[in-house]
Amino acid sequence: MTTTHRTFVSYIDRTREFYAAQGYERPYQWAQNEGAPFAKLPKPLADCRVALVTTASVFREKGVDPGSLRGGKQVWSGETQPPPDRLFTDDLSWDKQATHTDDVESFLPLTALRGYTESGRIGSMASHFFGVPTDYSQRRTLEEDAPEVLRRCREDGVDTALLVPL
Amino acid sequence: MSLVARHLEENGIPTVVIGSARDIVEECGVARFLFSDFPLGNPCGVPYDREMQHDIVGFALDLLEGATLPRTTVQTPRMWSEDTSWKDNYARIDPAQAETLRRAGEARRAAQAKAQARGQSA
Repeated sequence: MTTTHRTFVSYIDRTREFYAAQGYERPYQWAQNEGAPFAKLPKPLADCRVALVTTASVFREKGVDPGSLRGGKQVWSGETQPPPDRLFTDDLSWDKQATHTDDVESFLPLTALRGYTESGRIGSMASHFFGVPTDYSQRRTLEEDAPEVLRRCREDGVDTALLVPL
Repeated sequence: MSLVARHLEENGIPTVVIGSARDIVEECGVARFLFSDFPLGNPCGVPYDREMQHDIVGFALDLLEGATLPRTTVQTPRMWSEDTSWKDNYARIDPAQAETLRRAGEARRAAQAKAQARGQSA
């Protein structure tokens, strides 16, 4: 087989072109780094406490004003047991033509993770999962949200985390 | 989200990002990235497909244990569907809709400017 184009979608290209077509002259500046920090597992996975982090928000009906800071956008925690039936995702740029987010497990796989707890593949699940806003401002993510997620991970005794952006 | 992953890594918590926007995550640069070549919204598997979701979390755990260097990307072997038309359709600019898009952008900028002016006068 051969190809003349990338086979995966470039969302940086698509988003830039889509907003340019709407008359936005300055494209969004995506985060770009040469290197990346790397932490090793502190102990065998079978002894680790694992957390999930999502970009979804607490469920609310469409059109309901969240009535809080940053339009409801702030770091939040939800209990992992029982898993939430629904989460709010309407404000995120997932593919609303091709799919839906009615099944929370498709982006916050608490049931799957619980299965790995029961089989002993991981030590335990954190008692909470964490929600982090998708913010236009990288400064706010770096200076406010990321340290808050870290603080909540430490409070919950988390050894490692799976982060799932929608 | 990738920025949060980097912050956790910097502070000693190993992470895996499970996502479908490959270029966005890789440009930001994370320690470990499990790429699901799916439409944005369900990186952990097709809705209600519990077996696939279980497998994808398993791949993420494998990556957590197996990666030895940062910027390790693994693509899941799972396919969304035989039909890949979603790849062409996301945020597609239909030339027939160009004028509608331009007007929508103008309307949004006007609304934002108005909201900002209201905020300043409050």
